[in-house]
This record gives sequence, structure tokens and C-alpha cells, in this order.
Amino acid sequence: MLGRAANGVYWMARYLERAENTARLIDVGFHLALTRGNRASQEEEWKSVLTTTGQGAGYLVNHGEYTGVQVFNYLLREKDNPGSVLQMIEHARTNARVVRTSITNEVWEATNETWMLLRDLLSRPVRETNLGEVLAAIRRQAMLVRGAMEGSMLRNDVFNFARIGTFIERADSTARILDVKYYVLLPSVAWVGSNLDNVQWDTLLRSVAGNRAYSWLNAGNMDPRGIARFLILDRRFPRSLVFCYEKIRSNMAGLAMQYGGETQAHQLLRDAGAALHQITIEEVFEKGLHEFLREFIGKNTQIGGAIAADYRFIE
Amino acid sequence: MKSTGGTCYDEMLDADGTVRPAYAEFREWYDAQDTAWLRRQDAEAERFFRRIGITFNVYGDEAAEERLIPFDMIPRIITAREWRTLVRGIEQRVRALNAFLQDLYHRQEIIRAGRLPIYFLRDNEAFLTQMIGFTPPGGVYTHIVGIDLVRTGPEEFMVLEDNARTPSGVSYMLENRETMMAMFPELFTKIPVRPVSDYPRRLARSLRACAPECAGERPVVAVLTPGIYNSAYFEHAFLADQMGAELVEGGDLRVVDGRVAMRTTTGYTPVDVIYRRVDDNYLDPLSFHPDSILGVAGIMDVYRSGKITIANAPGTGIADDKAIYTFMPEIVEFYTGEKPILKNVPTWRCIEPDSLKYVLDNLADLVVKEVHGSGGYGMLIGPAASKKELAEFEAKLRAKPENYIAQPTLSLSTVPIFTKEGLAPRHVDLRPFVLVSPDGIDITPGGLTRVALKKGSLVVNSSQGGGTKDSWVLED
Repeated sequence: MLGRAANGVYWMARYLERAENTARLIDVGFHLALTRGNRASQEEEWKSVLTTTGQGAGYLVNHGEYTGVQVFNYLLREKDNPGSVLQMIEHARTNARVVRTSITNEVWEATNETWMLLRDLLSRPVRETNLGEVLAAIRRQAMLVRGAMEGSMLRNDVFNFARIGTFIERADSTARILDVKYYVLLPSVAWVGSNLDNVQWDTLLRSVAGNRAYSWLNAGNMDPRGIARFLILDRRFPRSLVFCYEKIRSNMAGLAMQYGGETQAHQLLRDAGAALHQITIEEVFEKGLHEFLREFIGKNTQIGGAIAADYRFIE
Repeated sequence: MKSTGGTCYDEMLDADGTVRPAYAEFREWYDAQDTAWLRRQDAEAERFFRRIGITFNVYGDEAAEERLIPFDMIPRIITAREWRTLVRGIEQRVRALNAFLQDLYHRQEIIRAGRLPIYFLRDNEAFLTQMIGFTPPGGVYTHIVGIDLVRTGPEEFMVLEDNARTPSGVSYMLENRETMMAMFPELFTKIPVRPVSDYPRRLARSLRACAPECAGERPVVAVLTPGIYNSAYFEHAFLADQMGAELVEGGDLRVVDGRVAMRTTTGYTPVDVIYRRVDDNYLDPLSFHPDSILGVAGIMDVYRSGKITIANAPGTGIADDKAIYTFMPEIVEFYTGEKPILKNVPTWRCIEPDSLKYVLDNLADLVVKEVHGSGGYGMLIGPAASKKELAEFEAKLRAKPENYIAQPTLSLSTVPIFTKEGLAPRHVDLRPFVLVSPDGIDITPGGLTRVALKKGSLVVNSSQGGGTKDSWVLED
């Protein structure tokens, strides 16, 4: 397999995952803004959505206020936003075109269709009345492509690189979501029974589509430590950091098997994986949740870089 | 460009409107179909093409970055007997083209014999001095050739152009057939149409047969593309996929230990045969354009040491140069000792004073082409041009007559297309695809039929609003 093709499937998967995660964040921001009467706290919510996606500074270049319509249009489709969902879908499709001979027709067609559909949906400004439809389409299409990969691709290096891209991106996203909101989980502000925190915790769980799963596992009891444990260490939850790393480990093992040897990235991943497995949630809080997450995000980026270098993504 | 009068040859209907035998079964089927259903199928075909991403990019048109070449669902039908003649003519011509290239880059007997003035090689960018004295692996220059044919009468097929560099369009030949078979399967059970679907396998076999001696048991073939922004990228990816070859860009390749190698996830692996869809000038920044990033630095040195096959060979463009085209009848005779089976379109070389005078006197009736142009750009279509355009072209001709050739406005044959108002005749041409290897010349029965969609238009180029049809060669 060409290094450039590995790069292509890896980024195709990452961009799709990122588009889906952005859609989810917008959904939560919108939901939260609706439940808050006061304008200042609505703005605060939208601001934190921008911070989570790393687009706070870019937004301020041409915008002053944090109104919902402006923020979600910026995130979804604005031309001067290189990180808009529309751009990500275009990048995903461009990468799919580049690696067209490596992916199946099903995956290509699903990706191409996704691009055609969303380009059309996002060709006009999105209003509050059709935001729901747009966000649902983004999520559905991302799942369609993932399903096509799952159902049609050979389990070889191409598939492994795509999956690694998916889970590196997802781990990064979950860690960032947690990091922006880490203060709501700090014990010092965990007022028992506070209505505000219940909403904040619920929001956090919704951002990673984990609210139902969490409630089901914990019989509806919300506590910050439990939520942090769930998002970081629960092996059953498909967006937890541990889950993502377990997936990356197994896909990297697939590469080592096919290619007959490990790389430096395998070693880095083993170290990071071991650290995640050994740590308890008490130790995470002891260390400092914010510090823990910053460190995790840094290592995750480093692993992504090592994979790109070891497998010759670029010259 | 308008045809000169209404007397052109229609391939479906004869002069009194009777359906010709080749189309009889098709027409019977067509007349029995519900028109509303046909219209729906027509619209469905476009959606199908968009979804699978068969698009091309038009140069200089940023708004329409990816366009579809319109597909017309009425097939173009060629009888077994017509095809046999075409095959003999094409084989002869392609043999002559390869012999001509071998000669030009070695002893130049044709020039010594006074059959081709040396003038036409001088200052001709398509003639590559880097190729002088070198014979490509297997002795093959043009591994893939597209011969553009036009028809003017029942037995009259003429060659309009030889495409000996990197002819494109073969993916449309294949996808058009796929589409027709998906939309109208029953047609193919009724009518014995020769299949084209094994073209990619034949191409792979033909390319492997040209591999250099250093290649292993199963030579490694790669398709070299300029990348996703190239107008024919879809085709490059499609062919690589269908052949089971790697699709590479210049950045994937480098010279390692005297071989051309591609960067894989586990290191550099040698490549034996490169089917390049990159122009000569961009192949090697060390030998040609120094700032090209599309090619591979040093590939020409590897090539000259016999360690890689480049298909088509660099420098084959001299054989499809429009000025050289005018000598093709002589070239065919010189190298085969036979009369050409396929005629050229009569052509005036404006460099010759008598011809120039004729061309200037009759400009409004002629088609004038730039010697080095392609894709329908930079040409004058006399009958369709305004007075101002004619005057401008006259000035160009007088300033640089050597840059131009002229041809009469042919009355190209027509085949009906499907329109909302029913069948309507439109002008067509035909590009069959020819594979050359030491094992022989292999012509896939079919080709790309391009069709001018505008009424009366003679310009079939996809860059100028032409469409395509499925081309059927009937079994005996």
C-alpha cells in the first residue's frame, strides 16, 4: 500500500469523525441555549462550543457576538472557516478520491453521496427551524460511511489505517470536550442536588452521545466522578478514551501482523495504553483532571504523528 | 460548426427513412417502449453517473469544477463487416506509427528517402532528442493508441486524428456499456453485441508483456496520474482499480538503486511498468521542465538503462502531430509497403504557399487547426465563424502559416440521440482503443462514440459540449 494512500484513508476517516463530532456539539449547544433563558449564559454556551472545536479565535475575526445562528452557521458552512463541517466533508471526499483505488465502491459512493447531500443542504444559511434536520443528516451520513467501511472493506492495512484515523480523532474529541468542561466535574463545585450542575453534567454526556448509556448504567444517579470515570475509563462506552485506545491498539496490531513487525508508534501507543489502563479515577483527580487531559491530548497527537512518520504518509 | 447542407449519411436511417439492417432489432425494441419510461431512464442515467463520480474537469471553468459528460442512451451500432475493415485499417496504421517512431529516433530512412521533409522535425517540441538512438523495452513506442475516425458514407471511414500520446476516454467506453446493461438488460439478450468489459485485463496483459528484463515473474504496473485535479483523474483511478495496479503520483516515486520505486507504508518497492498519464514535458524535471512536480527526477536515466517501461514512450507525440498527420498516407506506404486501408481527411499544409493561398481564398468553408493544439481549442470553423473571427484568423495565418493546417468541412455521419421530442440525428465520431505489445496489436471491439449534442454542430469534444454514446460492434 502506498504511504500516500494510507495518509488518505486515515484523514478521510478523521475528517468524517470530526464532522460528526462537531454536529453533536452544535446540537448540544443549541439544546442548552434553549433551556437557558438568560442571554449571557446562552452566549457562554456557544462560546464554549467554539472553544471545544478550537475555533474560538477564527470566529472572532469576523464576528463580535455569540448568537446561536451566527455560531452554528460559522461552524457548519461559513466560507472563511477552514474548519467548517462543509470543509471537512469536502476534505473527506477529496481524500476518498485520492485513495479511490484502495477503498471499495460502496465506501466511495457513500462518501460522494454524503458530500453531494450536505453541499446541497448547506448551500443556504441554516435557520433554527432546519438546524435539526441538517445535524441529523450529518450524523446519519457519517454513520453510513462507517457502515460501508465495516460491511465492505477487506480487513487489511487500508481498513486498519481508516480505523486508526477514526479513533485517534474520537479520542482527541472526547478529551477536548471533557477539558473545556472539566471545571463542572471538580469536586469543589459538586454541590449535591444543584440543578445547574445536573444540566451541565447532562450536557457533557450528550456531547458524546453518552447520556442514555450513563443513566442506564448508574440508575440515573449523576455524580462528577462517575461521569469522568465513564468518559475516560469505561471500556464499554464507544467514545471513552480507553475504548478508543483499545481499538487503536488492535488496529495497530493488525498492521504489525500484516507487515511483520512493529514501529516506534507501537511503543508509544503501548506506553499510553498502559498508563490509561493502570490509572484510577481517584488518581486522575489527584493529578488534576485538566493536567491529565492536556497530557493525554499531547500524547494522542504525538502518536498520530509517529504513525504518519513510521508508515511514510509523506516523503 | 454547421454541416454544409442536409445530405449527410445517417447510420440508422437510409435516405427514404427506412431503418438500416444494423439498427433493425434495436429500433423494433425502441418503438415498443413507453416514452415516459424512457425519459425516466434517461434522467436516472445522469444520477447514476454523478453518484459513482464519473466526472471530468473543464480547464478554465472554475465554477463547474466537476462536470458530467452527457450520456446519450441510443447506441451507435457498427456491423461485423464494417468492424473487420476498420480493424485491418487500424492495425496497419498502428504498425506504421511504431515503425515510423523507431525510424525517426534511429536512422531516419524516411527523411533520407525524401518522403518527409526534415523541416517537420526541426523545432518540433514533440520530437525528443533524449530518445535518439534508444529503443524502448520490447521495441514498442505506442502501447495505447486512440484512432479518431469519422464517417462520411456507407464505406467511407476516415482518420481524423491519431492519438499516440496518452489517449483518454476509455473509461467512458466501459462505463457507458455498464450503464446500458444496467438500464436495458433485455437489449443485450436480443442483440449480439461484442463485449468490451475485458479491456482493463487486456491492457494489464499488454503492459506486462512490455516489462523490462529486470522485472520479476509478475511485473509491477503503476498508473502515474497528475492527481485529483486533472480532468481525467476519474479514468486514471478507474483503470488502476480495474487492472489491479497502483495509482501513483510523482511524489510517490523516486529513483532508488537504479530503479524507479514507489513509497509504500513499508518502504520503497520497485516498479516495472509505468502507464503514465502525464505529458512528456512533466515526466522528469532533470530532463524536461525543471520545475515539474508531476514527474520523477531521474526517471529518464533509469529508462535509458532499460530498467523501466514507460507507456507510451516519451517522444511518441511526434507521430500524432497535426503536421505529421498530413504525411500519414506516405508513412503507411513507406513502412508497410501497402496502400493505406483507412484514408486521411484531405488536408492542406498552410506552410506550402499554394495551399495557403487556397486556404485563405476559401477560409469561410474550411476548418483550420493549430498544428500543436488539441481538444478543439484554438481552431477556426469557417462556416460558423463571424466576419470578424475570419479576419482575425486570416491575420494569424499570414503571420505564421507553418502553425496551421486546414481541412474541408466534412459532412460527418449522424446517429440519432434521445431528446424530449423523440429521436433526432446528431453528428458523431468514433475512437477505438488499440493496445500494442510484442505479442501483437489488440483492438477492443467498440470504442468511444462522441456526439455533438447541438443540432447541426460538428464539434464532438467533451470540452466543447459534446456527449458520448455506447458503441456496439455486432457479432458475426
